[in-house]
Amino acid sequence: MIAYTARRLGLSALVAFGVVVLTFVIARVVPGDPAAGWAGPRASQAERDRVRAELGLDDPLHTQIVNYVAGVLRGDWGISVRTHRPVLDDLSTLLPSTLQLVLAGLLIGLLVGIPAGLLAARWQGRLPDVVVRVGAVISGSMPVFWLALLIQMFFATRLGLLPVAGMYDQAVLAEHPLTRITGLSLVDALLTGNWAMAASVFDHLLLPALAVAAYPVAVIARLVRASVLDTLGETHVQMVRALGFRERSVLGRFALRLSWNPVLQTVALIFGSSLVNTFLVEAVFNYPGLGGYAAASATVLDVPAIVGVTLLVALLYIAANLIVDLLHAALDPRIRLR
Amino acid sequence: MTTTPASPPARRGRSARTPAILRRSPAIWTITALLALLALIALFAPLLAPYPGDATGATDTSRALLPPSADHWFGTDHLGRDVFTRVLYGARVGPLIALIVVFVSLLVGLVVGLVAGYFGGWIDEVLMRVTDVFLAVPALLLALALASVLPRGVVGLTIALAVTWWPWYARLVRGEAASIAGRRHIEACRALGLPTWRILARHVLPSATTPLLVQASTDIGGVILVAAGLSFLGLGAQSPTPDWGLMVQESQNYFATHWWIGTFPGLAIMLVAALCYLLGDALRDRLDPRRTPRI
Repeated sequence: MIAYTARRLGLSALVAFGVVVLTFVIARVVPGDPAAGWAGPRASQAERDRVRAELGLDDPLHTQIVNYVAGVLRGDWGISVRTHRPVLDDLSTLLPSTLQLVLAGLLIGLLVGIPAGLLAARWQGRLPDVVVRVGAVISGSMPVFWLALLIQMFFATRLGLLPVAGMYDQAVLAEHPLTRITGLSLVDALLTGNWAMAASVFDHLLLPALAVAAYPVAVIARLVRASVLDTLGETHVQMVRALGFRERSVLGRFALRLSWNPVLQTVALIFGSSLVNTFLVEAVFNYPGLGGYAAASATVLDVPAIVGVTLLVALLYIAANLIVDLLHAALDPRIRLR
Repeated sequence: MTTTPASPPARRGRSARTPAILRRSPAIWTITALLALLALIALFAPLLAPYPGDATGATDTSRALLPPSADHWFGTDHLGRDVFTRVLYGARVGPLIALIVVFVSLLVGLVVGLVAGYFGGWIDEVLMRVTDVFLAVPALLLALALASVLPRGVVGLTIALAVTWWPWYARLVRGEAASIAGRRHIEACRALGLPTWRILARHVLPSATTPLLVQASTDIGGVILVAAGLSFLGLGAQSPTPDWGLMVQESQNYFATHWWIGTFPGLAIMLVAALCYLLGDALRDRLDPRRTPRI
């Protein structure tokens, strides 16, 4: 296990280093005039020259890489051209909101996807199955930003059921200030017993989370259906059935249990794609997270901010994969030998 | 237990098998026919569209924001452009970008994957670590970062997406190539002194085509969705290009009051993505039944 952990850690460190180099290429090599990207499109020549000197753009490339990597390690990720704040500060305030939205979306995905998959497996080839399968194809193929707009138009603007945009009501916040503990606004509000804020945050979270959930719902429903159908052939499930258990128990208690592992693996897998889907949803709902930040930064060529978001998400992704792999290896000795 | 009735292959031999299998799958034929219809629409858009000028920048504010009618099937947008015309022309932008992206990244991935899988050793190690780096960044985000520093427009977007996508194919091909490199018939080829490129092209590559075909058709749908997302953020096609993603973005301010402007382009994206996805699924069912989770 120690050897495996060491190998896996080394590999992750290598990939993380590679990602830093990749962002360096994006920030400093691809653009025609990198200084313009770091100083902003409206910067004067003098400002550009200052940035040029600051970034050491006249140095040879290898010196630049070393300085860049050192900067990233020191926590110096540059100053956002748009917000004029250090990128890392911006990111640390915005990341929790995005995580909150992704987690809410994945939760809805599980809550809807698992029953839908079970239903389809129970009535294989019949109407519920057809409905679930067609629904899965549709919700998996919808452009998420378009779905977000439809949801926003229908539930918020037309029906007025839920707020149109934002993360909470400013008026509520003014009366019930939020104490920051975890950074996840809903969790913080609940932890501090700030019910008014919790309700406001929840109302604002629901519609964007629904849009984010569309893809996970599709994937999870299909996966649960497929793996439950697979396990139905297994001897022990047939045994349970032969013993006279109800069909509901056979599926829900015995067949579903075997599909937990693939479902969790898939949730880990679609976390990345849900995270970036969240970006588009945030842009629609004007939700203050990484996505709105990245989108706004990309349109004004705020290179430090874009690169910062990319780097942060990639590092999170690498760390998450590392943890999942190590957990797997700890639980299943066969993996360590590979 | 299986959803599709299994039928024995009529003919043996690699070259004869693929078309024979396709011949017996109505699902694949239906989807392919629909996609072909889409290609025809894209090709003949100037003849089919009622107001071809609206796709290239003509505006007429006197007929702005009209709801769907006999004259304007999908209504008109805020600049008085016929939405139906622009949706038809849109078949030339997003799907074409996706085709080019998948084709280019397929070629690059094929070369990298074959080399890595066949030769193994340190070449394999280096190439696969490079793909690890690319795969560590979610596709949409990497493409977003690249597209934002490349020149704005369809070309920049296409390059950004191709750079993002090739590692997936490299991985796929590498796995297939590595598993076949040690087999007897490859050893025999080597013993016969066949040139390496010939072994790769004639004997290793064919085993990788099935998974590649499946992956590529599913991916075209995925690339269309990502490309539309980036266009929606303003990083792809620029106005007045009739790109579906861009059209949805331009409709954003009018969405609540004039639903038709953004709804139809979005439906078009969904339709094409779903077709590609279903095609990938159907191909996997027919070509590689072993791996099919029954979905």
